[in-house]
Formats: sequence, C-alpha cells, structure tokens
Amino acid sequence: MITFNASLQRPGFTLDAGFETKAGLTALFGPSGCGKSTVIRLIAGLERKGRGRITVGGRVLMDSAHRLMVPPHKRRLGLVFQDAQLFPHLDVKANLLFGHALTPPAERKVGLDAVLAVLGIEHLLARDVGSLSGGERQRVAIGRAVLTSPHLLMMDEPLAALDSARKEEILPFIERLRDEMGIPILYVSHAVEEVARLASQVVMLREGRVVASGPPAATLGVLHAEHQGDIISFLQGTSATPNPDYGVTRLGHPAGDITLPGLIDAGAGLRVVIHARNVALAREIPPRTSLRTALAGVVERVEGEGAIVLVSLRLKGGEVLRASITRLALDDLELSPGVPAYALVKTAAIDRGGVQGLRA
Amino acid sequence: MTDWFALTPDEWVAIRLSLKVAGVATLAVLPLGIVLAYALARGRFRGKALLDGLVYLPLVLPPVVTGYALLVLFGRKGVIGAFLEDAFGLVFSFRWTGAALACAVMGLPLLVRAVRLSIEAIDTRLEEAAGTLGASPLRVFFTVTLPLALPGILAGAVLCFAKALGEFGATITFVSNIPGETQTIPAAIYNYTQAPGGDAGALRLSLVSIAIALCALIASEALARRTRRSGGPE
Repeated sequence: MITFNASLQRPGFTLDAGFETKAGLTALFGPSGCGKSTVIRLIAGLERKGRGRITVGGRVLMDSAHRLMVPPHKRRLGLVFQDAQLFPHLDVKANLLFGHALTPPAERKVGLDAVLAVLGIEHLLARDVGSLSGGERQRVAIGRAVLTSPHLLMMDEPLAALDSARKEEILPFIERLRDEMGIPILYVSHAVEEVARLASQVVMLREGRVVASGPPAATLGVLHAEHQGDIISFLQGTSATPNPDYGVTRLGHPAGDITLPGLIDAGAGLRVVIHARNVALAREIPPRTSLRTALAGVVERVEGEGAIVLVSLRLKGGEVLRASITRLALDDLELSPGVPAYALVKTAAIDRGGVQGLRA
Repeated sequence: MTDWFALTPDEWVAIRLSLKVAGVATLAVLPLGIVLAYALARGRFRGKALLDGLVYLPLVLPPVVTGYALLVLFGRKGVIGAFLEDAFGLVFSFRWTGAALACAVMGLPLLVRAVRLSIEAIDTRLEEAAGTLGASPLRVFFTVTLPLALPGILAGAVLCFAKALGEFGATITFVSNIPGETQTIPAAIYNYTQAPGGDAGALRLSLVSIAIALCALIASEALARRTRRSGGPE
C-alpha cells in the first residue's frame, strides 16, 4: 500500500525511515518526538523539505531524485489531525462536504449517508462546530476526510486529546471504517492498547528510525526493552462465552480461560493485551481467590537485576506472557527457567480499550 | 442664529467629496492590502523585510514627505504619473483621484496591519487540512483564510476609511486645496481657520467629522459582531 523511504533534517532532529505497508490498518507507533507525525506530514505533502521516495497504492507522490512533488491537494489522501481542525466558519454539514465537493464525481466512492451511519453523526448535521464535544468533533473530522474517498486515510493521534470514555466512543467507529469501508488506514499512536486493538501491522519508530515492523504481536514484543513500565503481552483467544448476568466474558485459551471485563461482540478478534505489571505468578492455583484468570505455563526466561524482574512464561499453546514480579518473590517461589507456574491476572486490571469489540 | 447649524452648499460639497475620496481610496486599496497582508503573514521570500518596511513607511514618515513623494512619482511629469496618463489617461495631480491615492497610501499601513494580525491568528493547520481535502492554495485562500480573516478585514477597512477622512498633510501637498476637486473636510476646516469669521464653519465641519467617524466605528463593531454570530472565529 505505502512504500516509504524518506529523510528529513531539522535542527535537533533527523528522520530517516523506510517501511512498507499492506492494506488494512497500519499503526505508526512510538514515543512522542520519534517522528511519527513527520512521517504523516511527508506522506500528505505538508513537509516540502523531505528527500526520498514515497508511493501510495503504486502512485508516486514524492521522488526527490526526479524532483517530483505532488502538491497536497492532488494526493487524494485523507488526514485527520489530533485536534480535528474543523472549519469554525462552517457548520457540521458544510465541513463534512468541503472535500466531497472537491472530489471528482467519478472518484466519489463514499456517500454522505454511509458516513453519517458509520460514524453516528446524523443528528449533528445542522450544528455549529463550536457546540460539539471533543468526541463529536473528532468523528466529524474523520467523516470529512473519509468523504473525499481517500486512497489512504491517515490519522495523527486522533484519540490523544480525548478522555478514555470518549476514546471508547470512537474506537468502534474506526474499526467499522477499517472493516466495512475497506479504507487503508495509517494510524499514528503512542498508546499501546489502541495499536494492539486496531492494527493489523505495526511500524515502530524511535528517534526518527524504524526499529521494527510487522504484525502487532511480534513488533510490540520488542517493547519490553524500549518502554519501561509499559511491558505488554498479547494473548489470542479461541472462543468467547459472554456471561450477561455478571457482565463478563470468558475467553477460551489453551492455557486456561481468561475472564474479561465486559461483554464482547460476536466476530471480534479475541485478542487481549495484558500488562506485565498486572500479572502475578504462583506455583499452584490458590484456593478460593478472587482472581478469575489462571494460565498454565513454564518459566522460560528471567530478566533484570533490580528489585523487580521480568519473567517470561511460555504458556500452553505456545504464547508468551510476561510478568513483572519482585526478585524477592522469584527467589521465594524458586522460579527459574523450566519451572512450571501459573500466571494470575485480575479481570479489573485488563484494559477494556485493548480488547476489540468489548463493551461495558 | 437659527441657521447656525445649517451647512452651506460649499460645506456639503466638501463632505460629499470627502466621503467619495475616502470610499474610493478604501475600496481600491482593499485588494492590495489583503494580498500584502497575506504575503507578509504567510509568505517566505527574499525582500520581505523591505516590503514590510515600505508598507509601514507612510505611518512614520511626515505626511508632507509622503505627499511630496507622490507628487514626484505620480505628478504629470513623474515617472509613474506620466506613464499612467499616456497609457490609461489616468491623471492624479490636482484631481480628486490624487486625493484618493494619497488617502490610500496613508491608510494602507493600518489596513495591512489589521488584516495581517487576523491572518496570523488563523491556525495554519486549518489551511493544511483544507489542502489535504483537495483544495488548491487559491481555493484555500478564498474558502478558509479570507472568511476567517473577515473581522480583521472589516476592522482594517474601517480604520483605513477613517484615516482617509482625516488625511490632510499628504493630500494637500500632493493635490493642493481646490474646492470641489481636492478640498476634503480637513482641508476645508483648515481654510476656515485661516480666514476671519470662519470659526462657525470650522466647528460645523468638525462636528460632521466626529459624527462620520463615530458612525463608521459603530458600523464596524456591528459587522464584526454579525460575522462572529454567523460562525466566524471567536
């Protein structure tokens, strides 16, 4: 979908990155200041000083070797800014149709009605943009970009300015754009749950360079070296059994059931993100405990020398779950590579945002 | 005594001429002022500092100097004046058009300053967003930049108009003080003060000046409020 090979020099910052993406949702992931937004701006044509070559869907948008630079308004890409950037002098409907009207009729693949339905913004049409909430503004901004029938939709941290309730309000809409409208999406984020939930592939940036790219489980696993305190593991469930009476869902897994907070939609990805700091280890499953999730495995590796160490547990079924525990506990439980153990996870400690299709 | 407030026909002529000169000057200089303001606010080009200086120069120069410069450049024997007369039959010297030109030059800095500030206050990412939505730079200017700068443009135009009504030094130096042709309200007031028994006339025209200026300011406030209500920037 995208082939990106470009560099940009700025005082105190150098971007020099290369990656390729396929259709679907690609997350551009990395800490603040790593160059994620610069990559997006280069693809959108908003940075003129870049060098290199960028193509989207086979179309060359920039090729500095051949002095080729397609201006932004001819690139046919959608861009959603972090803070919406709705036109304050136009109402919601005029904002939505601004780019639609400029799209050649033959290329209009997305209609207003479909966008209104997918984003749930029908009731806002006549409103003044000043009266919208943050989540509503962001949905209108997404709709405005989608209505140009873009070859690629880029979102620059579209949820970063929103609180977690508003985030959960928007995430399903992004999933619907990805699944129902089939628009390739490049999604910039530094929030691991969003990436884990949405992305079919991840490009990880650090200090202007690509440090990893590929499927989320493989790339985000690199995180434990990169992100202190944000070490995560991915587990893939095999089945989901909602329990409406208690508002939880039991996710089937070869190493044992995982109890999720909330009811999961049928057909969701059954992928769950678990933070290492929320995992406890035990040699046997404790009797009469509130912990609902106990996963069987074998200690594979122990990393770290300080008070807290990182234990990688190879679960039944082959997946790896990481747990941050004290070195004191490690020695007390006599855990070392090859020793069988159970990973215990509190249901309340599983972030709902990290599970696709999970509703409260 | 009852006729004390009644304006004489000559005074009506001066008032009408003033409104015409100031109105034409403002409307004629508005497009140039907006383009200059946009170039100074958003442009990156060589000689920007020089252009900046030139635009603001009339604000700090003695008006007499500006008037004299206009006389040298736009007089019938001036470089530009001779060309304009030959090419378009456009004559400035000792005509009301010259008075309008002097007023435009003097009003331009005020107009550019107001418009420039309002353009600089617009988030450039709004213009970038319009670009990614398929709008060419020209379309972005007319559909995003210009509407959002409208309050500043109105304010600048009113300032320019008010300045044009009050312009005296450059006008009298450039086109003299000819009743019915170049004698605007300030020039007429000046005449009254120089002649014995002219106090009443000077006072009447001064009151008229105040009234016009006040009306212009109130009208601009009302317009600005209306653009804000119709969704303009706060």
